[in-house]
Amino acid sequence: MEKEKRSPIEDLKDIRIMMESTTKFLSLSGLSGIVAGIIALLGALLAQNLMQNFFNLGLYHTISGKMNEAYHTLAISLFFTAIGTLVLALGFGLLFTYLKAKKLNHHLNKPITIKLLKSLFTPLIFGGIFILLMYRQGAFTLIAPATLLFYGLALLNASKYLNVEIKYMAISELILGLLAAYFVNNSLIFWSIGFGILHIFYGSIMYFKYDRKK
Amino acid sequence: MSNISALNKAFESRVRLGIMSILLVNEWVDYKEIKASLDLTDGNLASHITGLEKFGYIEVRKRFIGKKTNTSYQITALGKQAFNKHINALEKLINNL
Repeated sequence: MEKEKRSPIEDLKDIRIMMESTTKFLSLSGLSGIVAGIIALLGALLAQNLMQNFFNLGLYHTISGKMNEAYHTLAISLFFTAIGTLVLALGFGLLFTYLKAKKLNHHLNKPITIKLLKSLFTPLIFGGIFILLMYRQGAFTLIAPATLLFYGLALLNASKYLNVEIKYMAISELILGLLAAYFVNNSLIFWSIGFGILHIFYGSIMYFKYDRKK
Repeated sequence: MSNISALNKAFESRVRLGIMSILLVNEWVDYKEIKASLDLTDGNLASHITGLEKFGYIEVRKRFIGKKTNTSYQITALGKQAFNKHINALEKLINNL
């Protein structure tokens, strides 16, 4: 079976594919970023509404003596908004990447996939637990900046297995994280830029650069 | 003609090209990892690895990780040189077409 006649072009193509596919995860879809970004923006909008409602009814809550209760409700609603946004964004992100891999006939059960997931999720899980502890301590103002920072660090860590755009995106998330920590009163705006606009921006670049021509 | 003779017979099969490509860009790769990356069966891969080892192009390291044996491979300086020469020869062939 090794007697197949092979051309130098085929050989070089195979060499290139093997080198790339064992050092880079090539199935990440630009659409994953775009959809995750849109979901993040919707989540931020919902969070903004919840907070606006709370402040609009502030006087009423104070007079009726239900301030603590209302604050508690707000915290829980925001918490579930965040979890919902995360699950939906991650779910759709994985779905589009799965579809791209299927279309390109890439197998996802390869060592490079495991390496990528480990490098991405190790900082995310530790960061996620840390953020839950912040929430428990009531350090609400620093939660949005912390999500940006840990996400940026996780992306930076995983970027060695991904397209170069991811590294730029990681650095941008880190900068936004610091800005959000400085301008804490507007941290939701920076969060929306980081998780919404940046995902859509870099997702579109990746979609047009890598996905569409194939 | 000289270009064709520069091609290395040791790299004639697709499997060997694959093994060398992986080892050129990764340090110490597990046997299992090579197998998964190339979609191969044990028998097929083992014979090619032995072949490349005999040429001195790759070296093997067997060790225990916990109680399990772990076999991994690395490209040798000689292997790097030979494979790069092979790639260059392939490129020249294409450019002359």
